[in-house]
Amino acid sequence: MGQPPLSWGDGGAMTKNAGRGFPLPSSVKVVPGTERAQAAYPYYMQFAPEDDQRFWFYNSMHFPEPMCAFDSVTGEAAYCALGAANTRVHCLPTTKGIDERYINGRVYIGGVGVTDPAEVQERTEEFMQRAFYYYENWETLYAQWKKKMGTLIEDAQKLSHPSLPKYEPLANVRAGKGVASNHDLLDTYQRTLEGYFRMWHHHFEFLLLGYGAYMTFFAFCKKAFPEISDQTIARMVAGMEAEIFRPDEELRRLARCAVQFGVEAPFQEGVSAEKVLASLREMGEAGGKWLAELEISRNPWFNVNVGDGFYHYHRAWNDDLTLPFSALPSYIKQVGEGVNLDRPVEQLVKERAQLIADYRELLPTEEDRAAFDQMIHLAHRVFPYVEGHKFYCEHWYTNLFFNKIREFGGLLKEHGFFSREDDVFHLTHYELKSAIIDLMQSWSAGSPPRGPAHWPPIVAERRAAIALWAKNDTPPALGPVPEIIDDPAIVMLWGITRESLDAWLDADSGEAKRDIKGFAASRGVVEGIARVVKSAEEITRLREGDILVCQVTNPTWSPVFRKIAAAVSDIGGSMSHAAIVAREYGLPAVVGTGNATRRIRDGQRVRVDGDRGLVTLLD
Amino acid sequence: MASILWFREISLADRPAVGGKGGSLGELTRAGIAVPPGFVMATEAFDRFISVIEETTAIRSRVETLSEDDLESIQACSALIQGAMLAHPLPEVLRAPLREAHSALFAGGAIGPVAVRSSATAEDSADASFAGLQDTLLWVLDFAALERALLQCWASLYSVPSISYRRKRAMPEAQVSMAVVVQQMVDARTAGVLFTRSPTTGDRSVVVIEGAWGLGSAVVSGEVTPDRFVVGKITGEITVRDIRDKHVMHAPLQGGGTHEVETPEDRRQVPCLDDGQLAQLRDLGRRIERHYGCPQDIEWAFDGSGSLLVLQSRPETVWAARDAAPVSKVQENPLHHLMSVFGGKR
Repeated sequence: MGQPPLSWGDGGAMTKNAGRGFPLPSSVKVVPGTERAQAAYPYYMQFAPEDDQRFWFYNSMHFPEPMCAFDSVTGEAAYCALGAANTRVHCLPTTKGIDERYINGRVYIGGVGVTDPAEVQERTEEFMQRAFYYYENWETLYAQWKKKMGTLIEDAQKLSHPSLPKYEPLANVRAGKGVASNHDLLDTYQRTLEGYFRMWHHHFEFLLLGYGAYMTFFAFCKKAFPEISDQTIARMVAGMEAEIFRPDEELRRLARCAVQFGVEAPFQEGVSAEKVLASLREMGEAGGKWLAELEISRNPWFNVNVGDGFYHYHRAWNDDLTLPFSALPSYIKQVGEGVNLDRPVEQLVKERAQLIADYRELLPTEEDRAAFDQMIHLAHRVFPYVEGHKFYCEHWYTNLFFNKIREFGGLLKEHGFFSREDDVFHLTHYELKSAIIDLMQSWSAGSPPRGPAHWPPIVAERRAAIALWAKNDTPPALGPVPEIIDDPAIVMLWGITRESLDAWLDADSGEAKRDIKGFAASRGVVEGIARVVKSAEEITRLREGDILVCQVTNPTWSPVFRKIAAAVSDIGGSMSHAAIVAREYGLPAVVGTGNATRRIRDGQRVRVDGDRGLVTLLD
Repeated sequence: MASILWFREISLADRPAVGGKGGSLGELTRAGIAVPPGFVMATEAFDRFISVIEETTAIRSRVETLSEDDLESIQACSALIQGAMLAHPLPEVLRAPLREAHSALFAGGAIGPVAVRSSATAEDSADASFAGLQDTLLWVLDFAALERALLQCWASLYSVPSISYRRKRAMPEAQVSMAVVVQQMVDARTAGVLFTRSPTTGDRSVVVIEGAWGLGSAVVSGEVTPDRFVVGKITGEITVRDIRDKHVMHAPLQGGGTHEVETPEDRRQVPCLDDGQLAQLRDLGRRIERHYGCPQDIEWAFDGSGSLLVLQSRPETVWAARDAAPVSKVQENPLHHLMSVFGGKR
């Protein structure tokens, strides 16, 4: 029988927690002057009075910055798919999907639990027919998934560049096409949007099941070894060849090539990618050889974006070479000094096997060892998906999607709708469709579009609102604190537990002073200067030996992990990619602190204790 | 069997002759673990001494007639027996080999301080609470003091608590005997206890280390709150470092014995172990646990030169008694394990 899951639960739970809760949604006011920007989000994303009865938390893990109107499509598409998988496809017994609300550009989400025992029972039976089939046929279905995902990416790449010719091309006329170019705009736009929603279904096809197998092994370890650290369990499960390591590996490969071809000279700290590329072009054959290697790496491995893929301005390495090129000088220097930059995969595999064998040996009985074997086996089978999907979904596909929308932005700018192509992201996807139809009509009528008079003030207003919202503190959670959190999806994806909520409440009541508590994600203790990085663009501020403090760490920042001394994040569990990368690099990391970016000043001295999950303010 | 047995001659199987502590120290020595060198005055010597006393004063039969609730009689009996034992000189047949072993312990060099530790035998030799009732004498400087210490250990078997304990359990007196361990004294810089299974959670994947400055007796007796460390048995990660105010320490007393002194101000709040020493202790714990095949509680000390020595190792008993249900049952279909996370069936 399942315990009542996350969320408001019943009245009894609320009474017990009386006096202990976060602000109610209705008490959070829209920042003055941004009311119209707030109203731009679709009606179903706005808080309603009855939402005060429920528990919500700020999804700063995925959406650490205020969301532009268009970018909110990511929440929509993702929760449509996540909920479908949980509620209707695999039928998780004790939980359904996620509701989302936007206020001041921040995304709050709340789980929907199943509490009625009869419904849980019914769903359990469904789950065992559906999810178990997936587990039993995991490898086949995953191979099929990769094919599906490949096709989806190809389809997105094939979508035409939106443009409007003065006259329909003669060839179309003579072929009797019968559909004019303005219709292609609508077609391309709808396919772009459709593909994005479809991609998110692929994303969640396996995800919860994968995490579930991991959590099962995790729970077993915690029971057998009450003091085992989360990171040790993660090390037993983590794969060694996940796609997410590849972009960084490619950089190291390129560093080796640069040394091998003797073209190290242009790679200097602080020199822009453009200048480095220009110098290489002038270096004759050797420079050309390196540029050819760069092209090999770029396709597809530079399709990673510098954020988590949820914001249009998190550009891919391919679109903005600043990040990879800022990492290359130090890699090249190290290669020159004879440092071996290869990931010792074979050794890592051996170490993992030894770790598993050592823990297994500590189990007291044969029966426990047999159960341990069953669970770790399952975790290993499913984990390649958990680690691998992000590259295809959040990075590669998402880049294609935002870039296509950007192309529409360019077209609309050309026709006077916007002053900048990125202005397009201040329209919701519904509004963008209306602007496209406006343009289609104007092209067909041969008269000017209405958009150039309509959109610029709206865009200006919304851009100003985003700037105000970014400065506005928002509570980590809203509404009554649930008695217990038993929603596997929330625990797995966001690492939110009753204990972490209590810690957030304590921090807000000013009880904790110099210590900030989080998950011990990667071991080691280090002191240094904190760099509070609030957006992806700011990561270039990091200097050798700095401690990275951010809302959510991101694996595509891997190259900066070579520079920093430790990492601290507001959100994330020990299987967050940041934690994985920190362990790879042997850096202390504390994740899921809830509020480190608010409590630590930029430039403050802090101690990061990755063994205990503690950050201490030193001055 | 000889009345004196050196550690290297002893294994766990010899416990009837050398007691639990002696057997363990012998076993460790033979396993190549660093133990301060020493020997055991076997139970045979005790039995012989008792029979000498019994020629004039009945001991065992007297104890067996005592009722467990009759504290007054127990007190009187204890005073009588202990008085007789401590007043009696050690018979030459025991004294000569003891003197020989004592000087051999220092390989012909100057005699150094020794620890004299009771090593009782009883049916349940793993029972630490019984072992704790008998005396241990530290920093025993010369042979005369050693003789006295030996008699005192033997006599401690007839202390009021010790007799009461046996009477409560109706233990037959004929089987009660005591060996005595004599070993080189470690002038510990830091000492304490190492648990190869967490005493608080029962976790086998960590070792818990408690230590303080000076002799380990301050930690074992609870007179100082020790620093406490939790170290991953396999990973080596140090997950807990509780550094406490170690206000006092046990130190050798001029003229023999030990006393409690105030810890110098500049060391009180300082960790008594560094990471390297914690790693050494973890390795030691794993090694001893592997040797015995079950979790152990180990007394240890770092001497002045930084060598790590083991003073005692006992099987862990508290959690061992609780291990009953498996962590998780094997499932015919491994997928059923998943329901513990996805719910609906607990």
